[in-house]
Amino acid sequence: MNFIAKILEKPLDKLNELSQPGQPLEKMHRAVEAFDTFARTPALVTESKVHIRDSLDSKRLMSTVILALIPAVLFGMWNTGMQTINSVVGLDASFLNAMFIGAKVLIPQLVVSYAVGLGIEFIFALIRNHEVNEGFLVTGMLIPLTMPAEIPLWMIGVGTAFGVIFAKEVFGGTGFNFLNPALTARAFIFFSYPTKISGDNVWRAIEAHKEQLVDGYSGATPLAIAATAPRGTNVVEQLSEAGFNFKNMLIGTIPGSIGETSVIAFGIGALILLITGVASYKVMLSTIVGGAFMGIVFNLFGSETSLAFMNLPWYYHLVMGGFAFGAVFMTTDPVSAAATSLGKYIYGFLIGVLAILIRVLNPAYPEGMMLAILFMNIFAPLIDWVILQLNIRRRLARA
Amino acid sequence: MDIVHYLSLFVESIFVENILLAFFLGMCSFLACSKKVETAFGLGVAVVFVMIFTMPLNWLIYEFLLKPNALERFGMQGLDLSFLTFITFIAVIASAVQLVEMIVDRFSPALYNSLGIFLPLITVNCAILGAALFMVERNYNFAESMVYGAGSGIGWWLAILGLAGIQQKMRYTNAPAGVQGTGLVFIASGLMAMAFMCFAGIQL
Repeated sequence: MNFIAKILEKPLDKLNELSQPGQPLEKMHRAVEAFDTFARTPALVTESKVHIRDSLDSKRLMSTVILALIPAVLFGMWNTGMQTINSVVGLDASFLNAMFIGAKVLIPQLVVSYAVGLGIEFIFALIRNHEVNEGFLVTGMLIPLTMPAEIPLWMIGVGTAFGVIFAKEVFGGTGFNFLNPALTARAFIFFSYPTKISGDNVWRAIEAHKEQLVDGYSGATPLAIAATAPRGTNVVEQLSEAGFNFKNMLIGTIPGSIGETSVIAFGIGALILLITGVASYKVMLSTIVGGAFMGIVFNLFGSETSLAFMNLPWYYHLVMGGFAFGAVFMTTDPVSAAATSLGKYIYGFLIGVLAILIRVLNPAYPEGMMLAILFMNIFAPLIDWVILQLNIRRRLARA
Repeated sequence: MDIVHYLSLFVESIFVENILLAFFLGMCSFLACSKKVETAFGLGVAVVFVMIFTMPLNWLIYEFLLKPNALERFGMQGLDLSFLTFITFIAVIASAVQLVEMIVDRFSPALYNSLGIFLPLITVNCAILGAALFMVERNYNFAESMVYGAGSGIGWWLAILGLAGIQQKMRYTNAPAGVQGTGLVFIASGLMAMAFMCFAGIQL
C-alpha cells in the first residue's frame, strides 16, 4: 500500500496545486478533491479543540458498505451464471464458466450505473461547488443488484439518472435526500417499464441461447409461485413442486434479481456492517421482527379457504424475494432512515409489517419490500419529529 | 359482514385511494400549509371534521332534493335538479365550515386560535368537494358516505403530516436555485405519490 501511495503522491499533489483558486484547473477543484480524498486521507483537519480524531469519515463509511456488498456481488454473479447454465442445453457447468456468464451480465450493468450516476454527481459537484461523496459508489452498486438479469442497459441508465437527480441532487446532494436513491431508481424503472422488471421471463440471462432451452425449467421466482398458488392448496408443496425449499432459498440458488437471492451472503454483509457499527442493528433487527410478526399474523388468520399465500410459514417470508437484501442494505441507509433511537425501531418494524402485507395482499406487486421501504422513508421524518416532541415534553415536565 | 365492508371502505379511502396522493385533490393547502408539523396537524384535524360533517349532509340533500326524480315523493313528477349539485355542495360546505368555525371558537378557543385563517380556507379545499362528488358517482348510501368522508379526511391528514415532516427535514437543504421553495415541495409530493403506490391495486 505504501508503494502505491508513493506513486500517487506526486501527481495528486500537482493536481491539487493546479486546482487551487487562481490556477488553470480551478473549475475542476471538486473533481480533483474527490479523487484525492478517495485515494488518501483528507488533508483538511479540524484545528480547534474538543474534536475526536478518527479516520472514519463518510467516505470510509461508504467503503465499508461496499466491502459488505462484495459477498452478495460475487454470489449474484455465480448464481446468474448458474441459472443460465441450468436452463440451457449443453453449457459447461463449471464454477468458472458460471462466474464468466454472470460477469458478462453484471459488469456492463455496473459500468452503466456508475458511469451515469457518477457523471451526474460530478457535473452537479463542479457546477454547484459541493463535495463529491462516495455515497454513490454504494447506490450505484445497489442498483444493478436489484435488477433482473435481462433488463436492457439503457433502462438502468435512465433509472439511475432519475434516482440521482430527483431523489438526491435536487435536494442538495448527499445527506439531504429523504428517499433512498437506489430504491427510487428501481421504483422508477418498475413503474415505467413493468414488463422488463417483473414476470417469469426476465430473471435469467437466456436471450443469447433461445434455441437450446431446457424443457420445463421455469424462471418463475418463489414469490410469483406463492402468490399465484390457488386457494386451498398447500403453498409449501406448490413451492417444492417448482423446486424451491427453505434451504435453497436460504442459500440463494434460485431465480431473482441479481443480488437479492442469497440470505447467507447478506448475513456476511450484515456481520461486517454490524461489527464496524456502520449500519444500525436497531433498524435491521426490527425490520426482521416486523416481517416475522406479520407472517405469524397471517398464519393465525389463514385457513383452508383463505389465500394460500397466507398459510406460508412465517420464516419462509424472511428468505424469499428481496426481504433480506432490503433489511440489510436498504433500510439501514442512514440518511433516509429514522434518526432517533426509538424511531429506528418503529421505522424498521413498520417496514417489515408493510412488506409482508403488500406481498401477500396486493396482487399488483409480487414483492413488497421496495415500496414498503420507500413508504416508510416518507414517514421517517415525521416519526423522528413526534419522538423529539415527546422527549421535549417529558423533559419539560421533569424540570 | 357489514362491519367488514365499512372497515375495508375506510382503509381503502385512507391508503389505497388516498384523496391527495392518488387523486391529487386538495393540493393547494397541502403545499401551502405544510411548513410546520403543528400547522399541518391542525389543518388536517379541521379537514377531517368538515369531511365527517358535510358528507352526510350533502348525501341527504342530494338524495332527497337534487337526485333525478327525488321530488317524486312530494308529488312533483319528472324533476331533475342535479344540475344544481355543484353550487349546492359548495354552499353546504361553506356554511358547514362557518358552523364548525363558530363551534370550535365557542368550545375550544385554543384550537381556534392555532388554526387561524386555515379554518375558513377549508371552504375552498377541493378534496372536500371531490369526496362529495365521488360519493354521488359511486352511489354510496348514508353510512358509506360518512365512512368514506372520515377515511378521505384521515387520508388527507396523513399525507399532509408526512409532507410536513419531510419539509421540517428539508429546512436545511441546499437545493439548486431553480427548484427552491414550492418547486422542491412539488417534487417531494411527486415522490410521495410514487411511494403511496405501494397500496395501489389492493382489493379489500
